[in-house]
Amino acid sequence: MAKNKKDTQKYVPVMGEEELALLTKLSNALAVSGEEQEVRAIVKDEVTPFADSVETDTLGNLLVTRHGTAEKRLRVMIAAHMDEVGFMLVDDEGNGIFEFRVVGGVDERQLAGKSIMVGRDHVPGVIGAKAIHLTTPDERKQTLRADQLRVDLGPGGSGKAKVGDRGTFATHLQVIGPSLRGKALDDRLGVFNLIQLVKHAPANVDLLAAFTVQEEVGLRGARVAAYSFNPQIGIAMDSTPAHDLPHFDGESNERYNTRLDGGPAIYLMDGATIGDRRLVNWLVETAQAEGIPWQFRQPNLGGTDAGAIHKTRAGVPSVSVSVPQRYLHSAAGLVRIDDCVNTLRLMWHALARLDASILLRQEN
Amino acid sequence: MKKNRQLAQDELLNLLKTLVETPGPSGSESTIRATVLANIKDFADEIQTDALGNLIARKGTRKEGGKRVMVSAHMDEIGLMITHVDDNGFARFLPIGGINALTCLGGRVLFMNGTRGVIGVERLEGTNIPTLDKLFIDTGATSREDSKVGVGDVCGFERPFLDLGQRLVAKSMDNRVSAAVAIAALHALPENPNEVYFVFSVQEEVGIRGAITAAYGVDPEIGMALDVTRTGDTPKSAKMEVSLGKGPAIKVRDSSFIADPRIVEWMIREAKAQNIPYQMEVLEAGGTDGRAMQLTRAGVPTGCLSLGCRYIHSPSEMIDRSDLVNAIALLVGLLSKPIILD
Repeated sequence: MAKNKKDTQKYVPVMGEEELALLTKLSNALAVSGEEQEVRAIVKDEVTPFADSVETDTLGNLLVTRHGTAEKRLRVMIAAHMDEVGFMLVDDEGNGIFEFRVVGGVDERQLAGKSIMVGRDHVPGVIGAKAIHLTTPDERKQTLRADQLRVDLGPGGSGKAKVGDRGTFATHLQVIGPSLRGKALDDRLGVFNLIQLVKHAPANVDLLAAFTVQEEVGLRGARVAAYSFNPQIGIAMDSTPAHDLPHFDGESNERYNTRLDGGPAIYLMDGATIGDRRLVNWLVETAQAEGIPWQFRQPNLGGTDAGAIHKTRAGVPSVSVSVPQRYLHSAAGLVRIDDCVNTLRLMWHALARLDASILLRQEN
Repeated sequence: MKKNRQLAQDELLNLLKTLVETPGPSGSESTIRATVLANIKDFADEIQTDALGNLIARKGTRKEGGKRVMVSAHMDEIGLMITHVDDNGFARFLPIGGINALTCLGGRVLFMNGTRGVIGVERLEGTNIPTLDKLFIDTGATSREDSKVGVGDVCGFERPFLDLGQRLVAKSMDNRVSAAVAIAALHALPENPNEVYFVFSVQEEVGIRGAITAAYGVDPEIGMALDVTRTGDTPKSAKMEVSLGKGPAIKVRDSSFIADPRIVEWMIREAKAQNIPYQMEVLEAGGTDGRAMQLTRAGVPTGCLSLGCRYIHSPSEMIDRSDLVNAIALLVGLLSKPIILD
């Protein structure tokens, strides 16, 4: 496969029209865990001219390899998950009305009254709830569970969708000043940034890019992707909540997780991984040397693909980097374009300065 | 094979004191790894540190009738990681492993960067038991700028080793006492047909992570975890068969794995042959490195040699001196002969 010879020595990431168009396509695509082919097809088109090999594995991960040219290259696996949270139709009640269950971490309080789309053809619909006119004050205090709600695809909808189809929020990506508002930015931002890394990979590493499946239901795709790649270093590029608004009661906010405009969030510890300190330090030193804003994600629960990667085979030193995002896993997440671009800058510069000495340990 | 010698009692206690007083919460094991390494390097045939930081020491070479055995004692301990330092220098934290707020109160902590601190609590309503988010670490800093610790800094509890005669007390007896058993056995192991890998594993307290990759790397034919287990011998304790001083415990099951019955029988046979007191352990909640070894690759017959321990995951964990000595004798006996499972 012919490798596209772009200048990879002075890569300066931007969010121009071309980039925004790709990110929009990725964000608007429907790829709920277990059925990721729409995003996979987009990624495959983008990376194939630049890659040494592109392969879809048994579970549906897209495994992309781009070899460097320097001697003694580290094999670096970077994972970004293609799947998003959403729901699955579980019962066809006729006339386009479907019972459904959520897939992945969806806050059921946020379901009622949302525009949605279902299946490969993006059949439009709504998750309906009784209009306020007809509710009692007591009813309005109750949270509506998913099993009390229905997907409404309208008359004839039964013919366009079937039990087992997946759906999600029908939000289209929009630029709002310095921000982006959209669905599935967890983790299409990671997918977008990883595509850019494949296109502009520094020559000193073998880049093993894993566009993974089924992260939102338990880091499942990354587990087998890491087994295939058998890397020396593992990195998950993801998105993490920013809970950075002031508290309504005026208390100081000490559990913000991350903050918008703070730059890429480097992980120390989450529920699935303790970040390898050598890698954490490498990222921090890179950010400081390049003048890239950065932040630590507050140690917290949750997990990324790194949780699966680091336990693969005889072990893989791993770390995660996320774009901070408000309102994660909802119909409309909000991120700053600068945070997204700075995450890509950090990762590119970090890779460009990476050498094998990073894996040496002090004491032996 | 490298030389072998038995540790004298005072050497053993000094080793244990050194191990328990060395900080090493999960993910921050470099200091304790160096301590263990210094205590085994003259007695192991080959030593390596794997990608996650597990220290793996081989003793012996597999000969006819021998097996490749992995003995795993985790060297990490529970600890705390800073999540936020406020304007006045108070640090909030997240637990590393199973931390009980009750045993934190008034505790003293030692950070990996040498900073010390004490644990305080917000004003409590009535007699409510605090949750961890009501606690904070006071390092004596007067402001955030003055604080010597920040987000991501890690500390363990600080408490000196206490020799009460028959009983021994320390923080992180879980699982440094097992590390001491492994080190003593590594020292004492005579020429034999087995190839024994002594693994001092990382990140057990956050989910048995290190042993997963160590087991894959070692690819053993027999697995033996070393860990502490609960006891039922204190006032109004939960019901549990194990007591301090009645010998090492042979695990039948815990909530992470069921010991291979052939391994259980092999351990009982050896204890009887050596006239070592032993107890059977059925642990309702808790897991060990045994799970990781049993489930690695195509599966490994695995058991666990446990030591009864009171007040687990508090800064004052108590074990019995004779249990320690007997556990070493039992382990050396198990490893120094051809292993027959039936």
